[in-house]
Amino acid sequence: MTDTAAIELKGISTRFGTNLVHEGLELTIARQEMVSLVGGSGSGKTTLLRHIIGLTRPAAGRVMLFGEPLSQGDSRTQRERRRRFGVLFQQGALFSALNVEQNIGFPLRELDIATEVEIRDLIAQKMAMVELEPRHALLMPAELSGGMIKRVALARALVLEPELLLLDEPTAGLDPERSAGFIHLIRSLHERLHLTVVLVTHDIDTLVALSTKIAVLADRRIVSYADLTDTLKVDHPFVQRFFGGEQGRRAMARHGGS
Amino acid sequence: MQSQGEAIPRIQTDDAPDAALRLTGEWTLRSLGPHIRHIRRGLSAADVSRAWALDDVTTLDSFGATMLWRAWGRRWPARLSVRPEHRAIIDEIARSTTAPLPTPARYGFADVLVGIGRAVFGFGNHSLDFVRLIGQLCIDLLYLARYPREWPLREVSANVFKVGVKAMPVAALVGFLIGVVLSYLSALQLQAFGADIFIVNILGLGIIRELGPVLVSILVAGRSGSAMTAQLGVMRVTEEIDALAAMGISRSLRLVLPKVIALSLAMPLLVLWTSGIALFGGMLSAWVQMDLSPGFFIETLPTVVPIANLYIGLAKGLVFGFLIALVACHFGLRVKPNTESLSTNTTASVVSSITIVILVDAVFAIATRSIGVPL
Repeated sequence: MTDTAAIELKGISTRFGTNLVHEGLELTIARQEMVSLVGGSGSGKTTLLRHIIGLTRPAAGRVMLFGEPLSQGDSRTQRERRRRFGVLFQQGALFSALNVEQNIGFPLRELDIATEVEIRDLIAQKMAMVELEPRHALLMPAELSGGMIKRVALARALVLEPELLLLDEPTAGLDPERSAGFIHLIRSLHERLHLTVVLVTHDIDTLVALSTKIAVLADRRIVSYADLTDTLKVDHPFVQRFFGGEQGRRAMARHGGS
Repeated sequence: MQSQGEAIPRIQTDDAPDAALRLTGEWTLRSLGPHIRHIRRGLSAADVSRAWALDDVTTLDSFGATMLWRAWGRRWPARLSVRPEHRAIIDEIARSTTAPLPTPARYGFADVLVGIGRAVFGFGNHSLDFVRLIGQLCIDLLYLARYPREWPLREVSANVFKVGVKAMPVAALVGFLIGVVLSYLSALQLQAFGADIFIVNILGLGIIRELGPVLVSILVAGRSGSAMTAQLGVMRVTEEIDALAAMGISRSLRLVLPKVIALSLAMPLLVLWTSGIALFGGMLSAWVQMDLSPGFFIETLPTVVPIANLYIGLAKGLVFGFLIALVACHFGLRVKPNTESLSTNTTASVVSSITIVILVDAVFAIATRSIGVPL
């Protein structure tokens, strides 16, 4: 593996009308980290994620993925780069006109490298990986429960064997049991596939259970980027409120202060 | 950093039949992509019974594992040396592909019958729903008669602006051009018979009674009908309609009724506007082509076209507007929360409302055949 960082954000500024969301934001995420991005509502976490994906462009600053600017090169090179990361959108964003099997296989069929039988094998493997049964293959997204939608979306995000996985609120809308199962799934995938994972979350359980590093977004920049123990020592009102609250203390106790 | 050469996936064979097949490089989707033909050829030529040495494969992902597993005919080669972590990946493929994915059933004759049956029941279902919607609107009107303060006047006014005022430019443009074309083509024929002045009769009767209302209806069905269906459909998808119901607000009273009332009010006005512009276009064309002065045109028009035709045209506008809005809302409320259903229903809404408008227009033509036609 190479030494370049998976994601480098340099001097990012974003503005919505007169509202300045990010100002000179800096963040470097090394490979194989599992980074949680936290921040108050409206602090621009999802916007930052959209900058990384390239759906939006910051007003100023540069987004580098795997050591290269996101928009460098011709459209083919850019597309190649985009295939190196998988995204799990908050609502799953499954194509509602396609069934589960077609949704998961869609990126592979677009890529047009694998043959149809291989694609079906890979879909079967990805479905097993996210703990879906083969009989679910023909269901339409409208027939799936919230937890299943997330798992199908995760399988689709993983089908091109990405090096970087971006998760927007992976456990939002799941009950605690499913949420714990999903966390376990992501953690085991992280260990097995050596992925770099960036997740945006509000859920302190998810955060404590998953992240190797925590990036705190407040005051329009990253105020802290460290592991959990060091993050707790940060003297910032948002950090104290976020982790010091009732829920934070309980989550911490549950995970043995890890 | 790895040099480019090491990353390329390769199959190395010695010609000696006992020598092992050595696989090297990165066996991943990304690295295999550019060399896929070469690799496939190599794998299909390879003999499974030979010894396979995968120790020099640097990385292996599930795609590489799938290719190998397929090449081996879905069983482990007898002589295989492989890193344990790569064996685990291949093993995962082996386990997950034992149960094949179900394939959708083939489309057969029985499905055709089922399809026909579904269509019949679907039509019944639509009719029932449509009648129910009309009934609900009647109940809403009774309710509003008892509680007049609850009239959704702001919604009605907003809708009149959206479907009426904003449609005026495009209606004017279409009306004007149709008027010019109609006048031009008729003039060519009339001049041949020396019957130039009948252009006023043709344009007056044709546009005011028939063309104006139908033209505007088709325009409005495409413009506002589809917008209504899509709007209600998206509100259904985003659960806004359910949110309204949860607040105890009737969706028919707040969403459907204002649209129906607004379009029923705006359509006659749009018909008047469009017919006027079309006549203006026809008049200009007649002036240029046949030297028929506008003064004469305007003077002759009321004498050859009885005023009843205008009333028929406006009545048509009202009825068509009512039907278009009703059909649009009917289909909008039937949208299910997926993109496919939204597109199907929007298409169905526009096609049905245009069809219904033309059917009802035929009914009008028969019912009013003895009114307003000078003999």
